[in-house]
Amino acid sequence: MKFLSRKLFVTLLGAFFLSASHLALAKDSKEPIVIPTHNWSSQIVMAYVIGGIFESMGNRVDYKSADSQAVYESVRTGDITLSHEVWQSAFGKSFYNAMEKGGLIDVGNHEALTLEDLGVPKHVIDANLCPGLPDWEALKQQKCVDAFKTADSGNKGRILEGPQTWHGDLIPNRIKALGLADKYVVKFAGSADALWAELASAKKDGRGILMFNWTPNFTDADGFSFIKFPPYYDGCRIADGGDEACGSPDGWLKKAAYYKMPRKWPAAYTTFSKLSFNTTQIGQMAALVDIDKMSHKDAAKKWLADNKKVWQPWTKK
Amino acid sequence: MQIKTITENTKLVQVIGLFIVFFALYVLIEPSADNILWRIPEISFGEGSFSFWAVPAIINDSIDYMMFEWMPVQIYDSEIEDYDTSTLLKEVTRGFSGFIEFLINLIRELILGGVKTIVAFTSWDFISDNEWANWPALPWTVVLAGAFIIGYALGGKGLAFFAGISTAYTAIFGQWEPAMETLSFVLIAAPLSFIFGLVLGILAYKNRTIEILLNPLLNVAQTMPHFSYLVPIVVLFGIGDQAGAIATIIFATPPMVRLTLLGLKKISPEIVEAGMMSGCTNRQLLFKVLIPSARRDILIGVNQVIMQCLAMAVIASFIGAKGLGFNLLVALNQLRIGQALELGISIVLIAVVLDKLSLAWANKQVDYFADLTFWQKHRYGLMFLVSLVVGSFFAYIGTLIFNDINYLYLIPHSKGITTAPVWQAGIDWVVENWYHSLQTFNHFMIKDILIPMKEAYLGMPVVATFTLMMGIGYIIGGIRSALVVGGFLLFISLTEWWDRALITAYMTTFGVIISTIIGATVGILCAQNAKASRFILIVCDTFQTFPSFIYLIPVIMLFGVTDTSVLLAVIVYATIPATRYTVEGLRNVPVALQEAGSMSGVNRWQRLTKIEIPLAFPHIMLGVNQTVMFSLVMVIFGAFIGTDDLGQLILKALSDEKGIGNGLILGFCVAFIGLAVDHLISKWSHDRKQALGIN
Repeated sequence: MKFLSRKLFVTLLGAFFLSASHLALAKDSKEPIVIPTHNWSSQIVMAYVIGGIFESMGNRVDYKSADSQAVYESVRTGDITLSHEVWQSAFGKSFYNAMEKGGLIDVGNHEALTLEDLGVPKHVIDANLCPGLPDWEALKQQKCVDAFKTADSGNKGRILEGPQTWHGDLIPNRIKALGLADKYVVKFAGSADALWAELASAKKDGRGILMFNWTPNFTDADGFSFIKFPPYYDGCRIADGGDEACGSPDGWLKKAAYYKMPRKWPAAYTTFSKLSFNTTQIGQMAALVDIDKMSHKDAAKKWLADNKKVWQPWTKK
Repeated sequence: MQIKTITENTKLVQVIGLFIVFFALYVLIEPSADNILWRIPEISFGEGSFSFWAVPAIINDSIDYMMFEWMPVQIYDSEIEDYDTSTLLKEVTRGFSGFIEFLINLIRELILGGVKTIVAFTSWDFISDNEWANWPALPWTVVLAGAFIIGYALGGKGLAFFAGISTAYTAIFGQWEPAMETLSFVLIAAPLSFIFGLVLGILAYKNRTIEILLNPLLNVAQTMPHFSYLVPIVVLFGIGDQAGAIATIIFATPPMVRLTLLGLKKISPEIVEAGMMSGCTNRQLLFKVLIPSARRDILIGVNQVIMQCLAMAVIASFIGAKGLGFNLLVALNQLRIGQALELGISIVLIAVVLDKLSLAWANKQVDYFADLTFWQKHRYGLMFLVSLVVGSFFAYIGTLIFNDINYLYLIPHSKGITTAPVWQAGIDWVVENWYHSLQTFNHFMIKDILIPMKEAYLGMPVVATFTLMMGIGYIIGGIRSALVVGGFLLFISLTEWWDRALITAYMTTFGVIISTIIGATVGILCAQNAKASRFILIVCDTFQTFPSFIYLIPVIMLFGVTDTSVLLAVIVYATIPATRYTVEGLRNVPVALQEAGSMSGVNRWQRLTKIEIPLAFPHIMLGVNQTVMFSLVMVIFGAFIGTDDLGQLILKALSDEKGIGNGLILGFCVAFIGLAVDHLISKWSHDRKQALGIN
């Protein structure tokens, strides 16, 4: 009897240590973590930066190019492990749709706050094409309407909005609520590329352009003024029962992951959840490519080498 | 003769009558939301239990059900030591995509090196534990030598130099990795499309029912905008090169099927009978008689498959295909047009080299009786082995000379030489100097042509549209055609997107008219001369594979986010098939017939209008048909510039909650516009052919 219980005790003890050692050894899977790359600089550099951090921890990483809207469906089904730049107003809808269907988890926000609103490039302010900007009241003047006219806008000024995917009829509704609808029409561009092409063309030509943009973005470097609309308050949006007569709030920049990531790559997941970039850092990453003309991979290497103090603490317990 | 005049007159009377009725309806019907003759409202049955507008949501739910709930299976995930619920359908589709991914990785890693192929036979843990298990890349010099040798073996010196120089271009201009990634993707997608296309084409030739069933499917596959099925593909096949390859195959197979069928149908019965009399078995008849006889059209099919595959390089990168397409999108987002242009040239070069090589291969005659020595039999293989050794040796030397980047092994992206600044300066110059003079044109186009045309289309009462289209159907093909066209329109009109479809129709019509005029004119002019014909066909190949995204940006810079920009892009793209098919049709008119004409004393003009154009007519009409399809594709692409038609909603569906359903139904709306036009043109051209006695 005594012998039996002793044996049992040893077995239990052994089992305990075994499982304990097993826990301590719960290592990340050797399978690659799949990081998506979209088509704008800061996102790609950040993908390589995060990939570099994971690699420094001994993980394998794979990059896959993906459409920035369709990517959430892939994160949800596990084909892509994470998404590190979820912009509130452009991708919020896709993000929450995928979350509702199940499989995608919210891994918290970056420190950076974003602003996504209408604005004008620096040369519009410098040339005083519309005196009184960035205050929105200035837009009521006929001079401003004329400054923003285009071939297909009739006699109204044109507001160049991003694709309708991004935030539906938010800007048209706001224009209506602010009483600008008889002076301005909203034209939806089809892609970010279309916005930049028009912006570059307007800058070369020195003509006026009133367009949707966001910060942090590469346009920050050349100077871009956002219009000061009446400040946002809770309940201003039509969906919340308001009339939409307000500007955009500061937006979040989120991180998302596949629901199995915490179990499959616990250490990488812990790092990913701690990881948080601020506006300056995102700006640095984009500038290495857009201004210093480095390749995205080189930019990521340089950023990682220069900012060890920023990212190394995230990899430690 | 008498009877013919009367029937022709009746047709004329019918057309005039139809237009009178159409305009009467147009003017008389009151545009108001309640008027069912103006727009078909939402129709629901029962107490709101079913409505046509709810169809997208229903489709969406069924696809979700099929993918995520139907026939669940438990899959053990060893990584997290737990069971995971999957569905049978998903496992089957994932199995298929896994196979394609394996093939692509195999070719890719033969050239660029890597571990995924080894992982396929072992595991990620094995790779991590064994550092040596890493397949090395071929130095680019070896691949260059390989391209040169293949070119030489198949087509002699000229082809060898062309293939070699193209390969050198991609390496020296720092596009080695993306170019090889794209190549590996195309080397899988193109042969698969070719095989599917050939098999389906032969089946359709042998069995009329299959042909009838296949035709609409091909049309849908060709006209359905890629973006409407991107999300379903991502859900079914995952994201990555395999998903891109599958989307590419869907798009590249239809022309192959069509051209195979066309070629087989053209074979005269005498040839088939001769084959049968010689005692061919069915298989011999197919491989030794039918396919060789239809070679010409089948080879055009191969050309089309290769062109379409590379034309998809950019779209495929939206769902994870690596390579030139992705780099191009990134460059465009930074407005680096010069860089994008260089990437675009790489895409075109890959397309042209592959096309020329496959053509040379197909033309190569096997010499069955030659008595070859060991060296003669294996010289190309041996030459490659030598270059492998020499190339590897130089790559090793490279590790000693260069301390950072080994230029003799792999030249990394953007570390090569570049001419981008020159192109960039050129574009900047054009924008700066031409912008103002082009604005007059832009204002004129928009105010005096496009806006009135758009409003005219939007002002059409739904009854008038039906009357017009079904009337044309009736005049062309009787009651059956009227019903077919009516059916397609009915589908669109029952959705909530009729107005959007009208806008798509307006842009497509405009694009098709201008493209056909330009294409037919250029085609007829170039077909008069053998050299000019060859040249224009190369231009066609170039523009078909040259990614249209590149010229979207300069066009926006010059014309803004407007319909003018969209339509310019449409015309550039849709003129290609109109030109190509005109040239091919005219050049393929048998010389004997041309000479017979000349002997009967016709002059050049008469020969063209009385002999060549009528004989080339079926092929030219195929071209017009393709022009419609190309225009539709590009109008939908116009969504990237900024349109308010079906295309914009398809883009929007990517992020919609019920996106899959919306995307598919919108895609069908676009496809059905194409199908309605296709039906009318095919029917008309078929009847004309019979009237002309050429069939």
